[in-house]
Amino acid sequence: MLKQTEGSRAVAETVACCRPEVIAAYPISPQTHIVEELSRLVKSGALKPCEYVNVESEFAAMSMCIGASAAGARTYTATASQGLLYMVEALYNASGLGLPIVMTVANRAIGAPINIWNDHSDTMSQRDSGWIQLYARDNQEAADLHPQAFRLAEELSLPVMVCMDGFVLTHAWERIEVPEQTQVDAFLPPYEPRQVLDPDEPVSIGAMVGPDAFTEVRYLAHAKQMQALEAIPRVADEFRQVFGRSSGGLVHPYACEDADTIVVALGSVFGTVCDVVDEMRARGVRIGALAITSFRPFPLNAVRTVLGRARQVLVLERAFAVGVGGIVSANVRTALSGILLDGHTVVAGLGGRAVTKESLHRLFDDAIAGRLGELTFLDLDTELVERELARMAQTRRSGPSAENILRDVGSNR
Amino acid sequence: MSAAPQVRFYQVGSFAAGNRLLGPELQSDQADPGRANALTCGHRACQGCGEALGARYILDSAQRAAGGKVIAVNATGCLEVFSTPYPETSWQLPWLHSLFGNAPAVAAGVAAALRAKGRTDIRVVGQGGDGGTVDIGLGCLSGMFERNDDVLYVCYDNEAYMNTGVQRSGATPPTARTATTQAVGEEPGAPFGQGKNLPLIAMAHEIPYVATATVAGLRDLEAKVHRAMGMRGARYLHVLVPCPLGWGTASHDTVRIARLAEQTGLFPVFEALDGEVTDVTPIRRRLPVEEYLRPQKRYAHLFRPELRTDVIGRLQRTADRNIARFGLLAHEEASS
Repeated sequence: MLKQTEGSRAVAETVACCRPEVIAAYPISPQTHIVEELSRLVKSGALKPCEYVNVESEFAAMSMCIGASAAGARTYTATASQGLLYMVEALYNASGLGLPIVMTVANRAIGAPINIWNDHSDTMSQRDSGWIQLYARDNQEAADLHPQAFRLAEELSLPVMVCMDGFVLTHAWERIEVPEQTQVDAFLPPYEPRQVLDPDEPVSIGAMVGPDAFTEVRYLAHAKQMQALEAIPRVADEFRQVFGRSSGGLVHPYACEDADTIVVALGSVFGTVCDVVDEMRARGVRIGALAITSFRPFPLNAVRTVLGRARQVLVLERAFAVGVGGIVSANVRTALSGILLDGHTVVAGLGGRAVTKESLHRLFDDAIAGRLGELTFLDLDTELVERELARMAQTRRSGPSAENILRDVGSNR
Repeated sequence: MSAAPQVRFYQVGSFAAGNRLLGPELQSDQADPGRANALTCGHRACQGCGEALGARYILDSAQRAAGGKVIAVNATGCLEVFSTPYPETSWQLPWLHSLFGNAPAVAAGVAAALRAKGRTDIRVVGQGGDGGTVDIGLGCLSGMFERNDDVLYVCYDNEAYMNTGVQRSGATPPTARTATTQAVGEEPGAPFGQGKNLPLIAMAHEIPYVATATVAGLRDLEAKVHRAMGMRGARYLHVLVPCPLGWGTASHDTVRIARLAEQTGLFPVFEALDGEVTDVTPIRRRLPVEEYLRPQKRYAHLFRPELRTDVIGRLQRTADRNIARFGLLAHEEASS
């Protein structure tokens, strides 16, 4: 049903249509509106049978999902940022055990310094956790990815993270086609577990595995993600047939056919990038954009097919690997191995800093004119950074950097 | 009798093998040839392991109480490692191991799933050692208590991290030697004034049932499991399980050492309903703490090179305080 609604609410209503049997809830901004709405849906009886459990930490939330999923229940939770990091040990456990848990992550920066706003530092830090990671470009896709996530998770016995930008998507009100129960029922069959704790057929799950079999078990995790590369587009296709709109898939190229320059991005910033592409195309610039929806598994072939034809690639990243540079870039580079082209990593929009069309125009013009280095921090205030570096060189006890920089920002106003 | 026992008994003799000379209604669950044998033979526990003994009794009784429908969730630790060196598993019931610090939350998740599916006939037992319970798993356990999740959680307390090589835990008693509280310096062993009493912490949550037990009182242990399984909600069973390796005791002395812990008053055995103590196991023959300490190498520094009467005196005062606090000699005082 087409509604004017909030992103979080649309996600919650869609998750409810997926008939989860156990929901573990722990509040953390900017994910809270999702679990609040689910709480209402369960308490009012609209979603049943469903056990909604308020747990005492994110570590407990994921642990509860592990138990519930191993007992054969369709299981859901949501988190963000510090919460995702607090459950890391359980994240690896869930994927290692092959439990099809679905989790929404409302992407948010990681502290210190503490920051509640949007970037991708949280989920990017978990890229090797064994979870499938799907990044939504907008709220329609954020909602639509959830039935697909349950389908993929249960088909492959792997957990799936649906990543949606915190605040930018979770708190945005817009027109969203919220999936209908009958549509979801037609798309998502009941959960048939591959392994289940059942007194009639007792199994041991989570045994110790030594050097004799560990490599094989771990390889299987990779093999399942390779199967996901085939399953993700197929499930997206079936979704389109049932729901009549396109969401999900591996990648989304935009105006790439004849593009000399292609900008790669994940998440909601892709919309802004496409607007700038349109404006530059109107000026006759041959530029395109590529959204990566499935970051894990990483669609090497699909990325190579789109980017291999270009002359120049910019990867716009909402997180970075301190000490080396781009995270998405490194994966893109793997996709392009053997192909020589001009490549740039641009770190943008950290901790909620707006990525504006004006900055992107300047950035893309610089790239096309050959003025862009290998690694750029978009809109970095170098004067502020240099002042702090000077202080640190001058005095041993220069004090806490974040507070020093904030003071400088304040005195500049 | 036509039904010959299909299972192997570990002990012989009428009393040790579960009172087989008694009437069926008084017999131990272990005396029943049809017992579940949840933790079956062939596991890799050390000789004389108190935890293996306790786990077998507890899970067999839980299985009997639940008509065989029990799911066990295990924290990382000795019990997990010695029972499942895959492809071998000693578990004959559905069993899940996730992590060291999350067994109570995982067990609560299993319980939530069963409730959602309307399978309240299947019961959940969570279990871990003292490290997994009183230290790293305490947050999840407190959450499970607070929500009153329908789980019986069992702590097998051997008073240190035995699986990793006998390091101090929050349940290690004062003066005990561990690999991280060594018997050197002016105050050898674990310091006084640290550690926590988890049964009392559990009671503070006012959960329906809290009990302590030892592997010296196996019938008492079985009875407590049946009592716990007769209730719903969060239930906690704290079982003292001597560890020959970590305590430096003879492997044939496990039960004797556990009994000495009870009879000195160092380990009070009691039951509590809704946060109030309702029953205690009285001390039949009160013994000085020295009798408990002396056979254990982890306390050897209290006796050699010199007898540390001052330190032993402090431990005796702890035992005396337990006896007074829980009324462990109330019957004696009443009759005198």
